Amino acid sequence: MGNFRFHQYQVVGRALPTATDEQPKIYRMKLWATNEVRAKSKFWYFLRKLKKVKKSHGQILAINEIFEKKPTTIKNYGIWVRYQSRTGYHNMYKEYRDTTLNGAVEQMYDEMASRHRVRAPCIQIIKTATVHSKLCKRENTKQFHDSTIKFPLTHHKIRPPTRKLKTTYKASRPNTFV
Amino acid sequence: MVNYGPSYGKLVVIVDVIDQNRALVDSPDMVRGAMNFKRLSLTDLKIDIPRMPKKKQLSEAIESADIYKKWANSSWGRKLIVQKKRASLNDFDRFKVMVARVKRGSLIKRELAKLRKEKA
Repeated sequence: MGNFRFHQYQVVGRALPTATDEQPKIYRMKLWATNEVRAKSKFWYFLRKLKKVKKSHGQILAINEIFEKKPTTIKNYGIWVRYQSRTGYHNMYKEYRDTTLNGAVEQMYDEMASRHRVRAPCIQIIKTATVHSKLCKRENTKQFHDSTIKFPLTHHKIRPPTRKLKTTYKASRPNTFV
Repeated sequence: MVNYGPSYGKLVVIVDVIDQNRALVDSPDMVRGAMNFKRLSLTDLKIDIPRMPKKKQLSEAIESADIYKKWANSSWGRKLIVQKKRASLNDFDRFKVMVARVKRGSLIKRELAKLRKEKA
């Protein structure tokens, strides 16, 4: 599997047991972070928004990384995002075609940065799902749902196979036709 | 064929298209994975397989189409083999190559001198 910037973690935590509450409810969250430390921090951030519990009187019971079950098949991923723009918070639904969920999430972060100038800290992933081809909404992903797909690689630049063989000048103009 | 990176020269089969820039690529000796089209050069060789074949199906199709033999006999394939050979020569091998080239050159020059004499 590739080298992903964002890893998916499952974080399980609860408030510390007190005299009044011997068995506090356990909460599990699946989230994306660059490493485990950040994942735990994000867990408390989101949990604080949902329950009255902080890291100081809570405990993390488990944190596991979640890996892709079938990285050899292509899937359509739908990602629901809440992001902060210069003027406020907005929700978005984006679709990506990829072999792994981590890959799709990384695509999402890159796209948000390029198309909307939204940096990673300002993005919250609400939900992710694999979407069946019939239920995809974006034309950009739907155009690849063709079993006899065919398209030319226009302006096909052929690279030297190693950077050592790169030259600044060429004797003749390379042919980039298809 | 992969034309860049650590697997340079490897023959892979395009099994499916992920999006505009990437294809799902497979070969009997690697795990199926994504590869950018920029790293691939299309060869003439084609295999008759359905879109996402099972690994065994793919291996059998490659066997029946005899892809590796066809590749090694094609001019592109032969050039790659020569490239690899040249890159792996040690000093003694390079000496042998030099001796062979000198011998070939002297034979050619001898014939050329003969033709010149006849002409003159």
